[in-house]
Amino acid sequence: MSAIEMRNIVKEYGDGFKAVNDVSLDIADGEFMILVGPSGCGKSTLLRMIVGLEDITSGDMLIGGDRVNEKAPRDRNLSMVFQNYALYPHLTVFENIAFPLRLMKGISEDEIKRRVSEAAGMLELNEHLDRKPANLSGGQRQRVAMGRAIVRQVNAFLFDEPLSNLDAKLRGQMRTEISRMQRRLGTTTVYVTHDQTEAMTLGDRVAVLRRGYLQQVASPRELYEQPVNMFVAGFIGSPPMNFMPAVVTGDRLKLPFLEVGLPSSAAGQVSDGQLLIAGMRPDHFEDARLLDPVKRERGAIFRARVDVTEWLGDSQYAYLPFESNPEVAKQLADLAAELDSEALRTQLIISIDAMSRLRENHEGEFWADTDRMHLFDPKTGINLTRDEAAAADLASLEQEELADRRGELAK
Amino acid sequence: MKASRSTQLFWIAGAILIILYALIPVFWIVSLSFKAGDDITNKQFLPTVWSWENYKTVFASDLFTTALRNSVGMSIIATTISVILATLAAYAISRLEFPGKRLVLGVALAITVFPVIAIATPLFNLWRTIGLYDTWLGLIIPYLSYSLPLSVYVLSAFFREIPWEMEQAAQVDGATAWQAFRRVIVPLAAPGVFTAAILTFFAVWNDFVFGITLTSSEAARPVPAALAFFQGASQFSQPTAPIAAAAVVVTIPVVILVLLFQRKIVAGLTNGAVKG
Amino acid sequence: MSTTTPAAPTTKAAATKTTHRRVRLTDRARKERNLGWMLAGPAFFVMVAVTGYPILNAIWLSMFDYRLTDPGAKSFVGLGNYATILTDGLFWRQFGVTVIITVVTVAVELVLGFALAMVMHRALYLRTALRTAILVPYGIITVVSSYAWAYAFSSTYGFVNPTFGLGEFDWFGGTWSALFTVCVAEIWKTTPFMSLLLLAGLAQIPDDYLEAAKVDGAKAWQRVKRVILPNMKAAIMVALLFRTLDAFRIFDSVFIMTAGAQNTETLSFLAYRQTISRVMIGLGSAVSVILAILVVLIAVMFVKVFRTDLSQQRGDRK
Repeated sequence: MSAIEMRNIVKEYGDGFKAVNDVSLDIADGEFMILVGPSGCGKSTLLRMIVGLEDITSGDMLIGGDRVNEKAPRDRNLSMVFQNYALYPHLTVFENIAFPLRLMKGISEDEIKRRVSEAAGMLELNEHLDRKPANLSGGQRQRVAMGRAIVRQVNAFLFDEPLSNLDAKLRGQMRTEISRMQRRLGTTTVYVTHDQTEAMTLGDRVAVLRRGYLQQVASPRELYEQPVNMFVAGFIGSPPMNFMPAVVTGDRLKLPFLEVGLPSSAAGQVSDGQLLIAGMRPDHFEDARLLDPVKRERGAIFRARVDVTEWLGDSQYAYLPFESNPEVAKQLADLAAELDSEALRTQLIISIDAMSRLRENHEGEFWADTDRMHLFDPKTGINLTRDEAAAADLASLEQEELADRRGELAK
Repeated sequence: MKASRSTQLFWIAGAILIILYALIPVFWIVSLSFKAGDDITNKQFLPTVWSWENYKTVFASDLFTTALRNSVGMSIIATTISVILATLAAYAISRLEFPGKRLVLGVALAITVFPVIAIATPLFNLWRTIGLYDTWLGLIIPYLSYSLPLSVYVLSAFFREIPWEMEQAAQVDGATAWQAFRRVIVPLAAPGVFTAAILTFFAVWNDFVFGITLTSSEAARPVPAALAFFQGASQFSQPTAPIAAAAVVVTIPVVILVLLFQRKIVAGLTNGAVKG
Repeated sequence: MSTTTPAAPTTKAAATKTTHRRVRLTDRARKERNLGWMLAGPAFFVMVAVTGYPILNAIWLSMFDYRLTDPGAKSFVGLGNYATILTDGLFWRQFGVTVIITVVTVAVELVLGFALAMVMHRALYLRTALRTAILVPYGIITVVSSYAWAYAFSSTYGFVNPTFGLGEFDWFGGTWSALFTVCVAEIWKTTPFMSLLLLAGLAQIPDDYLEAAKVDGAKAWQRVKRVILPNMKAAIMVALLFRTLDAFRIFDSVFIMTAGAQNTETLSFLAYRQTISRVMIGLGSAVSVILAILVVLIAVMFVKVFRTDLSQQRGDRK
């Protein structure tokens, strides 16, 4: 078990394309780190540089304090679960899991048997040991791949989108399984995914990448509440954050549907008449009729026509269409394209109480928690209202948790 | 798709017709080979009396037995060398980046396009000058160059299908490059190599043009060429029945290989052609 | 993500920079390069040496008036041999015979091969038997199949005449009937290969397409014409290319079945006869070169049609 440190890592291909650009990242011993981003952001390349399957163009890669840039994969003592599992089709489940042990010298047959059955037991694979990978279900294959990863003592586990080939239900189960396994073994883990749900639920910290550049490294909570820019804000959270045009008029801010006071944190950075982008999460809204009266005081009330509602039993979404400013619309379309989605229409997606009986095509009264709104510079995408103090609080919380876990393991 | 009973019957009838189509000429030459004496001119499909006489004649003839030895020996040697060279080349082509990769493939393609006879005649001149004419080596060399493109294409198509992630997985699991190759890649590649070997063997075993142009005696003449030079009791009539018997003998290896490995052969042929 | 290829080799851009790590990287690329040639080199050498030299040699010799039995009289004639050949009516007749055999066999094989492929694709029973049977003609030696058919058509030994009530008809007595027998033998032997290539194309068409067409109201023939054939274009072109090139070089069966009698000589046979039988090395080499050029032309033509066709197909879909 070791810490992994990356110092100014660059990956440049022969044609000059930089897949990874000046990434520095410290992963603490025992930490579960997620690398996340849309396709082509360089997350897999970065992972493959950690494990040694990809040359590092420049920068230093340190594992447990040793520089490993020039080391072959086998000398780095890491284990990896591949996206397609990479199970050896000619070997049985037992032999697949035993494979890394067989490559090491001086391990007795008994020892191999003991370790394989221990790993298999942890993953409930014991009854499948004699089968070949071709005869296993997707979830079982995934577990065999994990078994092969945990069968020996390694410095770190690496996962390359391990759940992307499973169906939604199984993905949920395996997610929990991976989390449980990592907590139990306490091994440093780096996990690549493009799925923001996996990123949020699994990681101690999440590193968000965009076109080879590191955007933000923080706990899921911090990413959600204090994103550094529009990209992170738009990537984290589902349904995604709502982005609306916001025009500064004096000390007020004009948004579609409502007008609010200009937040003090942004006040010094903007000029009168400037166009900004306001970001509000769906859960920062509520049906005004079902609102806790205490909350009513610190927000804004507005009326709007409901286009469509989606009732999910435990929650409900309402869609409120609005006319957007063309400049903002263009910005949002670009952002959507980068996030592998499509901006179809400008609308507010809000999460309201499932009890709400709002009707489609009727007006309703809504409440917005404007205190939690973020303002972004439309040109740079930088968050003008990020609360550094709150962010630092969240970060120290995460550190405490990790320290706690380490303490538990040490016992 | 679900097929109704009557359409299935239609396809079964088609299948039977095809099987007959494929096998009747083979049965014909077999039946011919069992016709003894004047029975050969009975103009019927089947012999009146089944007789081993022609086989005895054929195996008593040095001409045939030496030719058979030549064919078997040269085919095995050429196939082995060809498949070894092709495996190495196909691995490089499907796995490594090196300048000239396209050139190798281009040359291979050019050879498959070039008429054998256009190579055979210049080789005839060359071999006569350097003394390879009418020798085993003189035939094995052109067999190699003519079967290599086929094996290279079949094998590269096959190698491309191997999930190479395995090799990387093995390296991460602690294997050296050699261990990864030996323990993971070889077991995965073996079936493809085997298929290429069968197809190469067919190609070499079938050779006729080199056989008649580059030999002048029994020293190296393979069976297909020897069949054409079979002479009967009289100089001018070809000994039909013994030729039939000899033809059946050289067809036996083909039939055995087909029976044992039909699935592999089909896969090898279609993969190489469609994807390569 | 399909990042299974190893690190892309660095090109000039990386090589010109001189930091320590850059050098290492190019080392790795160079190693890969060397290994590539070490592995592919032997095969490449054998292919080039054994065919490259003869091809060049043939081109060289084709410009001489050279008879093996009279080496002293060897003299440079430039393109004279080509002029002799191309102005000779015999050559053009052999060219015609070759073209006829090629067109007839390939056309019949395409139709027959498609039928075979359909049956193999759809038949639920007898599958293994079917594939095994069909591989026998593919694997059998051409000389053997030629003998089988020659004897079958023979008026002395054959069962064809009595079966079809043709009496003493001499198939090998006339040009057309002799060519017919050659075509039959060729078609029998090579249709299976064609059908396997077509089968591969057929197997790549998802059943969904056919079910959708059925729902849309297409009859069996319409499904073949409007769904199956357009989606098999690539496979059909590949099969046609392979077989046309092969058929154009036909030699074995002509040699065995007619020995070129009754004006059934093909171009390959002409090349053989000039060089090997008549030892007219110069003239024979010229015939070989012409044959090679023709084959290359056919291949180029096919590839051109094929390319435009493929790109159109891609354009349609997107």
